[in-house]
Amino acid sequence: MRYLPKSESERRQILDACGVSSPDELFAHLPEAVRLKRPLDLAPGISEYEIVQYFRDRGDENGKGYPSFLGAGVYHHFRPVLVDTVVSRGEFLTSYTPYQAEIAQGTLTTIFEFQTMICQLTGMDVANASMYDGSTAVPEAAMMAVRATGKGRVLIARSVHPEYREVLTTYAKHQGMPVEEFGYVPEAGTIDLEDLDRKIDDLTGAVIIQSPNFFGIVDQVKAAAGIAHQRGALLVVIFTEAVSLGILEPPADADIVAGELQSFAISPSYGGPYAGIIATKDKFIRQMPGRLVGQTTDSRGNRAFCLTLSTREQHIRREKATSNICTNQALIALMATVFMTVYGKQGLRELAEQNLAKAHYLASKLKPRFCGKFFNEFVVKIEGRSPDAINQALLKKKIIGGLPLGRFYPELADSLLLCATEMSRRADMDTIAEVAA
Amino acid sequence: MYPENFRYTKEHEWVLAEGDTATVGITDHAQEELGDIVYVDLPKAGTHLEQGKSLGSVESVKAVSDIYSPVSGEVTEINAILADSPEKLNEDPHGAAWLVKMKLSAPEEVKNLMSASDYQTYIGAEK
Amino acid sequence: MITKVRSHLSPNEALLFERSSPGKKAYQLPDLDVPPVDAAEALGADNVREAIEGFPEVSEVEAIRHFTRLSTWNYAIDYGMYPLGSCTMKYNPRINELVARTEGLAWAHPYQPESLSQGCMEVMARVEAALAEITGMDAVTLQPAAGAHGELTGILLIRALLQKRGNPRKKILIPDSAHGTNPATAAIAGYAIENIKSSETGVLDVSALERLVTDDVAALMVTNPNTLGVFEENINRVAEILHAKGAMLYMDGANMNALVGIARPGDFGVDVMHLNLHKTFSTPHGGGGPGAGPVAVKKVLEPFLPAPRLKRSGKKWTYDYKRKHSIGRVKAFYGNFGVLVRAFAYILAHGGPGLRNATVDAVLNAVYIRKRLEPYFDLPYSSPNMHEVVFSDDRQAKLGVRTGEIAKRLIDYGFHPYTVSFPLIVHGALMIEPTETEGKMELDQFIDAMISIAKEVETDPQMVKNAPYGTRTSKVDEVTAARKPVLRWKP
Repeated sequence: MRYLPKSESERRQILDACGVSSPDELFAHLPEAVRLKRPLDLAPGISEYEIVQYFRDRGDENGKGYPSFLGAGVYHHFRPVLVDTVVSRGEFLTSYTPYQAEIAQGTLTTIFEFQTMICQLTGMDVANASMYDGSTAVPEAAMMAVRATGKGRVLIARSVHPEYREVLTTYAKHQGMPVEEFGYVPEAGTIDLEDLDRKIDDLTGAVIIQSPNFFGIVDQVKAAAGIAHQRGALLVVIFTEAVSLGILEPPADADIVAGELQSFAISPSYGGPYAGIIATKDKFIRQMPGRLVGQTTDSRGNRAFCLTLSTREQHIRREKATSNICTNQALIALMATVFMTVYGKQGLRELAEQNLAKAHYLASKLKPRFCGKFFNEFVVKIEGRSPDAINQALLKKKIIGGLPLGRFYPELADSLLLCATEMSRRADMDTIAEVAA
Repeated sequence: MYPENFRYTKEHEWVLAEGDTATVGITDHAQEELGDIVYVDLPKAGTHLEQGKSLGSVESVKAVSDIYSPVSGEVTEINAILADSPEKLNEDPHGAAWLVKMKLSAPEEVKNLMSASDYQTYIGAEK
Repeated sequence: MITKVRSHLSPNEALLFERSSPGKKAYQLPDLDVPPVDAAEALGADNVREAIEGFPEVSEVEAIRHFTRLSTWNYAIDYGMYPLGSCTMKYNPRINELVARTEGLAWAHPYQPESLSQGCMEVMARVEAALAEITGMDAVTLQPAAGAHGELTGILLIRALLQKRGNPRKKILIPDSAHGTNPATAAIAGYAIENIKSSETGVLDVSALERLVTDDVAALMVTNPNTLGVFEENINRVAEILHAKGAMLYMDGANMNALVGIARPGDFGVDVMHLNLHKTFSTPHGGGGPGAGPVAVKKVLEPFLPAPRLKRSGKKWTYDYKRKHSIGRVKAFYGNFGVLVRAFAYILAHGGPGLRNATVDAVLNAVYIRKRLEPYFDLPYSSPNMHEVVFSDDRQAKLGVRTGEIAKRLIDYGFHPYTVSFPLIVHGALMIEPTETEGKMELDQFIDAMISIAKEVETDPQMVKNAPYGTRTSKVDEVTAARKPVLRWKP
């Protein structure tokens, strides 16, 4: 087998050196009762060609090449060619966590750059080296806020991504961390500040909102911060569309920013792997979960980088750790780092402007349901046609439409969430307009 | 090495009691075991401490150690220099790098702690 | 004598921000085919940001040179062996990378209609089935993003089952040899931790277990083989003891590389376990992630699995969201699909017989290392080892040299260090796992390096203590990094 680099004679030599005549002897010490007495019920190994063909066939069963107007937390953006060039280098792809700083400066330096760029984008002081994804960054941020304030109650907006809220619920159940939701204003689609004000109390440790929110609407960060801070709670602001940070004012009033970087050259890949981040103010740094890379010097006086503040983490603190997380999404974060490098200061702005233009063009042909300002996603309600009917009609034209909202918001069952990015073509948007008319 | 007027615990803390006020720190043996100290986590003034319960922790690069209060009482002052210069705890653990000052609630507790010579015997045996 | 490496010029490279200058660009967007929109009007003037201060601007050539130069500062599996215990740093097959980028799979949106997702769903179903067969379990969830995430999922499943039976209980037992994620996970799941000591032969102390398992205990988290590389020979008895008291057996699957095709956790009493696809199943570590941590369970826990579950409906796959006993989601969408593709490519390449052969070679390599290094390094436990072996630095410590220092000297010989000072139950541990994808030459070079270092410790301990010498970056000052953290670049 091509991954097992021993010839039969080498295997023989090693067996002899071990004083063993057959490989089965290596397992002789296992109790009889535990040994598997039949081969695994899996077909024999197949060739490279057959493997490639297998996945190609599966890909073909997946309606590839259809333009898509789905957003809702996962976005279709062009992946600069340099991204795969860089992450395919064996030194990045096949290297381990950079615990041995002397031989991992490549990884450590790129993570330091990543941390810096995330701070610059989000307006925060410090960012970690990534979480699993945006959805798990939410409970991590909530737990962080609870640790920092000593107060266990969490309020989260309904306009935060529904599956992110579900993940928070799963984590919160066993933390003694009651979670309550507050609503959105039906006309604007922004958070209902009165509802928040009614529900917040002195036991609230965290208020969590998303901007742009699940409906694509730029939300009321400043106002939410005011209410939260007045009660001694921290404001956590989530983002799912990282490209929006190219043009939107970063949430400087937030105490913790958590979000998803999938838009930055990370393939949609049917749901993962992605890269989440948590960024925060200096004063909360010791409450932060996840790996952190710091700058230092080596014994010769050269600048060097290393993992630091490790005493927060599981391998040292064990049950008192800030999180159980071990993995960070290093390779995925590197994709985002290369993306941010390729686009740079001007490019991210231009990319965001294109997204804005495309989505607003599409919206101008339909009628957004909410009057709030939006970036590249918006909600529409088509008179007389159900979202499913619209999508069926679009599928006949080989276009994937938007997300019918009924599955997450019963009160919006007549509506669709549409997203347009720099990859959306005018002709396809005109088709949507026709079908919806 | 180990001041006569201090009293010591098995967990390597020291206390200097004067009437019903006391100063608390960790011993030279403790700082040596820990290695280079990078951070000291101390309670706020006003916190109530119980003998034997954790009052905070000391961190080196690769380890964290809890500090246990040798006596019961209320924290009146914490040592501000440790926030910026945790390395002082390695340099002068019995002097400038005291951890907290307390108002004792049960001054008799001090009598049950080890004397300097008992402590020295204790750490000698530990090796 | 160092034969594996020689010094070589490696390029210096500044940070992106230090290479940046206004107006340089590495991108080109197409012209807009729709009218541009005024940002202030569309978003509200207050919502429009200034330029991203400090964000780099470099050209494409500088970008490619930047990352390429940095990459040359890294060690990697593609260069040579990583003897890291319990990390299973095996070869990352390149075909995995190719198939993960298959257009229809890489661009699939998780909210695509099911009719257009059948390819993805089929792959996930086949992965679930393969992992169930390998582990001897009844059902698998692919939702968890990594090992620790899988651990949390597994413990939450146990809690849900016990809750349904009337009492979630309070404690989880964890061996003192366990990986740090185990107690951290138990704490997040709302359980108190009780440590259970290993016996003098390095395995779980069964009589200690009998005493500790009360009605308050929800589960024991075990790694098998354990972190010493030793098979828990009493595992059947351990399972019996737990089950008799209504408690469950959780297995950390980090060491599955010793068991695939040889023994199945489901057959020796495990109720729930996680797998690390980035270990046993060859998906790349990529400098620290991504991973995937599928969880496999016995039938009794199946109702509690995260929703949705894949279901067959006629000739098609569909998602079943009607799972009223589910613990809920642990992650948005369905799991790290891109990682699952890579793992499945690995499984397809090996096939059933191939997977077993890989396990045999993994154990053979570790036993070979043990046999050849035993004369030089102290072996604290004489029990037979499987895919990894743990030495202690006792012999070298007498001469003033510790495991961490030996590890740094190993770097001069052209290898990444083994796992240092873990498990905690061994004083000064050297934990070594070669994996099956190392051939005789690489193994012999590693063994010769370790023997050479052992000799250096005897003749020149001070030299060993100050290693490494050959790296472009010498020992980094971790103390200052922790005392005065600098976590981002500033102009």
